[in-house]
Amino acid sequence: MTVVSPLVLTAEDEAKLSGERGPGVAMAMRIVVALARVAEATELIDVESAHIDSCLYHGQAGLDFAETLARLGARVSVPTTLNVSSLDLMHPGLVRLDPEEAAAARRLMDAYVALGARPTWTCAPYQVDSRPEAGTDIAWAESNAIVFANSVLGARTARYGDFLDACAAVTGRVPLAGLHLPAERVPTLAVDCSDLPAHVLESEAAWAALGFVLGRIAGEEVSILTGIDPASVDEDRLKALGATAASSGGVALFHVAGSTPEAKAAGSAWPPDGIRSIPLTREMLTAARDELSTAATDAPLDAISLGTPHFSLTEFEKLADLLCEPGNFALPVWISTSRSVLAEARERGFLEPCERAGAQIVVDTCTYLVPILADSVRTTMTTSGKWAWYAPANMGINTVLGTLAECVASARAGRVIRDGSAW
Amino acid sequence: MEAPGDGRADGIPLTPGDAEGELLWLDEPLSFWGGTDLATGVITDVHHPQCGASLAGRVVVMSASRGSSSSSSVLAEQIRSGVGPAAMLLASRDAIVALGALAAAEVYGVQMPIVLTDANGVPRAGRVRVSATEESAVILWGACGTSAAV
Repeated sequence: MTVVSPLVLTAEDEAKLSGERGPGVAMAMRIVVALARVAEATELIDVESAHIDSCLYHGQAGLDFAETLARLGARVSVPTTLNVSSLDLMHPGLVRLDPEEAAAARRLMDAYVALGARPTWTCAPYQVDSRPEAGTDIAWAESNAIVFANSVLGARTARYGDFLDACAAVTGRVPLAGLHLPAERVPTLAVDCSDLPAHVLESEAAWAALGFVLGRIAGEEVSILTGIDPASVDEDRLKALGATAASSGGVALFHVAGSTPEAKAAGSAWPPDGIRSIPLTREMLTAARDELSTAATDAPLDAISLGTPHFSLTEFEKLADLLCEPGNFALPVWISTSRSVLAEARERGFLEPCERAGAQIVVDTCTYLVPILADSVRTTMTTSGKWAWYAPANMGINTVLGTLAECVASARAGRVIRDGSAW
Repeated sequence: MEAPGDGRADGIPLTPGDAEGELLWLDEPLSFWGGTDLATGVITDVHHPQCGASLAGRVVVMSASRGSSSSSSVLAEQIRSGVGPAAMLLASRDAIVALGALAAAEVYGVQMPIVLTDANGVPRAGRVRVSATEESAVILWGACGTSAAV
């Protein structure tokens, strides 16, 4: 069987490929072009920014790849942010990696900084300045960042991952395929949320449960959620929804009728005629909550984990509000966030009440990826559907999914406190 | 194990290379990250039907990968350390798997051929040879190509 590649390259693409722009650019371009052929793309397009996930250490090969690019003189050609790493450089010693692995993880971080990427070290690049604009093509990796960029910002990124993220940053080019194509962004599935009581959608954890159900239903399909009052939609909730849907399924784009940019632009044309519609019930949300809770609610609770994806400024504000009433934490409470949000939270006065109550801050990495929580921790409560999805397998920790208010009450009581009315 | 006889199947090359190994059919998609042991190439996903099988040196047949894009790094690392598959036969244009092979080829010069094929007619077991160039790909077994069959 012979294949005639439909890919047409520009003169500049050819110059990059042939080494005229240096050997590092040529290496990155070989991979972009090979991937374009795998995807049967007909051309490459420019991207305006990149977000690299390859800076999380997964072994020697990833390090050799980054150091090879750097040694060959490659530099990023578009504004590029870096995802979480395997270390917290602000709090040395917090991550318990063996010294050899920690040194390799540090070298990997240094290699990507040497390529010219910004040391943002966050899975929530959308919380950093200079967000991509709606309709622009970008090359973002990290499943929650991808789904947020596509769904909430209306920017266009395919599902990029390790190696291609860096090659796209270096070349500024990606295959024209997948969610870069407008036709691929039209919903093929409607999820009817009109049965959900409005008060249930008042917590991020409920949106995480909604995301869990969406991921199971949609898989990799593009969906549109209908019947949700735009007044109950905010970015923290969409972050929770997307991150969980990208964990339980392969969701890279969802729309919310009347709320997200492309759904607003489409107006009454969406949901498109004839697509299937699946009703979502309150019982499905509580079932999702319970499936994301692998521990019995009467199990001894050891810790609380917040901030997966990284805690936002508004989430710090909500937590600070809940901490207006006195009462210190009886359990370790971990908050993962970015350096930039941390600095802003400190400046705005939201951090002080959290730290006073006993919260401990993690930056540059995340508590579900590397050992930070004590080895003795068996059960952890979290607002995060993503944390609850990955922590049992990654860390051997059982989970309880709860709202922020439930987490605060539980942290103070030292045991799981459920608020039935919140669900 | 039943002798597969001789035969060949054609496919579309996703990544080039020439390799030989025992077939390993996976009944479900596999996530290399979280689903396989980085150091040994053994499938560790307890929900996977082939849990416990080793990918090392095998010609792995599967529909697609699933899950995290960190799987590209895991596959590249397994290829580097010699515990990755010898070749893969996929039913979909899987970018995550292809990237792992492409990165290993760039950095270490080790080529793991990946072929797009429905694998109809490919035996369930036995030794096969996979040859993929930029233009074409073929899977051979029995007297058609593998050294073990001679």
